[in-house]
Amino acid sequence: MKELLKYTLQLADNALILGHRISEWCGHGPVLEQDIALTNTALDHLGQARSFYQYAAEQFNALPVSEKEHFFTSSAIQSIIKDGKQVDEDDLAYLRDGWDFRNTLLVEQPNKDWAYTIIRSFFYDVFNFFFYTELQKSTDVTLSAIAEKSLKEVTYHLRWSSEWVIRLGDGTDESAQRINEAIANRWQFTGELLTMSEAEKAVATSGIGVDLEKIKTLWKERVAAVFAEANLDVPANGWMHQGGKEGKHSEHLGYILAELQFVQRAYPNMQW
Amino acid sequence: MTVHSFQEKFDEKIDREDTIEPRDWMPDDYRKTLIRQISQHAHSEIVGMLPEGNWITRAPSLRRKAVLLAKVQDEGGHGLYLYSAAETLGITRDEMLEQLHSGKAKYSSIFNYPTTTWADMGAIGWLVDGAAIMNQVPLCRTSYGPYARAMVRVCKEESFHQRQGFEIMLTLAKGTEEQKKMAQDALDRWWWPSIMMFGPPDAESPNSESSMRWRIKRFSNDELRQKFIDVTVEQTKILGLTLPDKDLKWNEARGHYDYGAINWEEFWNVVKGNGPCNKERLETRRKAWEEGAWVREAALANAKKRAERKNKEASAA
Amino acid sequence: MSTQAENNYQNEWPLWEVFIRSKTGLDHKHAGSLHAADAQMAMENARDVYTRRMEGVSIWVVESKNIHASDPHESDSMYEPATDKIYRHPTFYDLPDELTHM
Ligand SMILES: [Fe+2]
Ligand SMILES: [Fe+2]
Repeated sequence: MKELLKYTLQLADNALILGHRISEWCGHGPVLEQDIALTNTALDHLGQARSFYQYAAEQFNALPVSEKEHFFTSSAIQSIIKDGKQVDEDDLAYLRDGWDFRNTLLVEQPNKDWAYTIIRSFFYDVFNFFFYTELQKSTDVTLSAIAEKSLKEVTYHLRWSSEWVIRLGDGTDESAQRINEAIANRWQFTGELLTMSEAEKAVATSGIGVDLEKIKTLWKERVAAVFAEANLDVPANGWMHQGGKEGKHSEHLGYILAELQFVQRAYPNMQW
Repeated sequence: MTVHSFQEKFDEKIDREDTIEPRDWMPDDYRKTLIRQISQHAHSEIVGMLPEGNWITRAPSLRRKAVLLAKVQDEGGHGLYLYSAAETLGITRDEMLEQLHSGKAKYSSIFNYPTTTWADMGAIGWLVDGAAIMNQVPLCRTSYGPYARAMVRVCKEESFHQRQGFEIMLTLAKGTEEQKKMAQDALDRWWWPSIMMFGPPDAESPNSESSMRWRIKRFSNDELRQKFIDVTVEQTKILGLTLPDKDLKWNEARGHYDYGAINWEEFWNVVKGNGPCNKERLETRRKAWEEGAWVREAALANAKKRAERKNKEASAA
Repeated sequence: MSTQAENNYQNEWPLWEVFIRSKTGLDHKHAGSLHAADAQMAMENARDVYTRRMEGVSIWVVESKNIHASDPHESDSMYEPATDKIYRHPTFYDLPDELTHM
């Protein structure tokens, strides 16, 4: 089913891109212990991305040739299909162009500083925690197995980012000012997390995917609870950016892919 | 009890190969030498995260990316274990970092070379971690307990570092012409700096005598260098690559490989700060530390507030 | 030495000792030390640094300043006032088990 493939790719892309952003901190953290902590999280996201990409590759390889040809528009991946070869996790991560990436806009936003990084993780972790909790019930055994394994990691991510939101919100004047600025600038990317794309709607109806309506309230309540402890105000709903799930991205994704894909694109068809 | 008898007791312990522990009496020189050596080692781990960290976002496969991330993270962990060991000697981590950032403390010169291609991840793992392991294994039995125990932990984790590097080299060396060229280029650039990692020749190496006696050092620079070269020549054959040293040849009489003259002028220049990346590496470390200041303060301020609230609750109850 | 250090570096996160009981281990063993702003963070850092999040392990963290250690000189009825200051924290108490290298 093509909708399931799109859905799987969306989950993979979210994990890969967020992991990529977090991995940019490795070696540059504010203190050694947190540098190590953050890299663990990057590794978790990367591991989740790989599980989803492997599953996506499996699904893609099972498609009839006529459908394969029209699924991606990136020429690099087209050439693999034309050669009659199977795609693998790396082809999906390294050979698709930006318009074939389905990650949310939130995860591709730059790290900027610790406050921006924390709030991006926090918004996403809250979502991810409730999302995986639901995805465990998926009728698709592979998705539910990945969800079950990932939930353990995400539970820890959420604890970590919540603690930091509280530390920054209820820390010094400077940290409060910085986290407030970060919230004000990243809030507009939270709406997309909970707005269902066509692919999400399709898989939710069949019991494979998560009905985001179910977790909307949970997300809001958790964010409000942590913000309350941190002396932070939840912004009014306001304008929300959309499009990532449909392949319409911010300028940032292009730079991410330029780095991420550079070696594979510059030296095609090689083993690494 | 006189200082003299403390000294005797210390010497006896050293002779018996007992470990010296934080609360034991130790000569000032011993303490100073250890602080210098351990903190320098810790700094090397932390600065060493940077050249490889460069390639995390550009690793050519998801598997390589995961391995590289874990590897660079391990180096951070090594820095942490070593800073902790040094802290038992009466210096704080912040003091040590201050010494690093001000340029007063040194770190391994190898990390002042640039990582320009993916093959450098292979060459570093294979050669730089390989040389580091050779230096570090004897330190697992060094006389200062916390240092020895930190090194045991470090050496355990190092085992996969060299293997992953060699695997990258092997994949490239068995790959396309371009990949082979990439591997050879990396080897050409990293070979000499790697064998310089063992330090200046024995004849010019200061502190060595007392360090040997204290088992802060267990083999001489030249001994370890020779051992590394002998092993690496054989490994290079498996790769089908060429070491960039025309004078390298087996010496039957010595039972070792002879090697060409090392450019010590280059070595001392990099030590003095004139390596290709010295300024960049220090600046990057400093920037991370300075930009993290408000984060560290916030966490402390918050911890204080929480503790105060807890106290209030307790006294109200 | 230490007094001056404390004055200049008051903003450093406190030092903690980490004790871990692995799934199969019987007792908590000293694993190492780390810096953290509070106990909660020390616990999380301990998981990240010393267990890489292995499951089924139990972690204790103790602020290093709260650890009292025996004086090695007492047994020989030796005492020097300065020995107390030498010691900052009791790290890495367990002995090396085994060693693997390439
Ligand atoms: Fe290391
Ligand atoms: Fe290493």
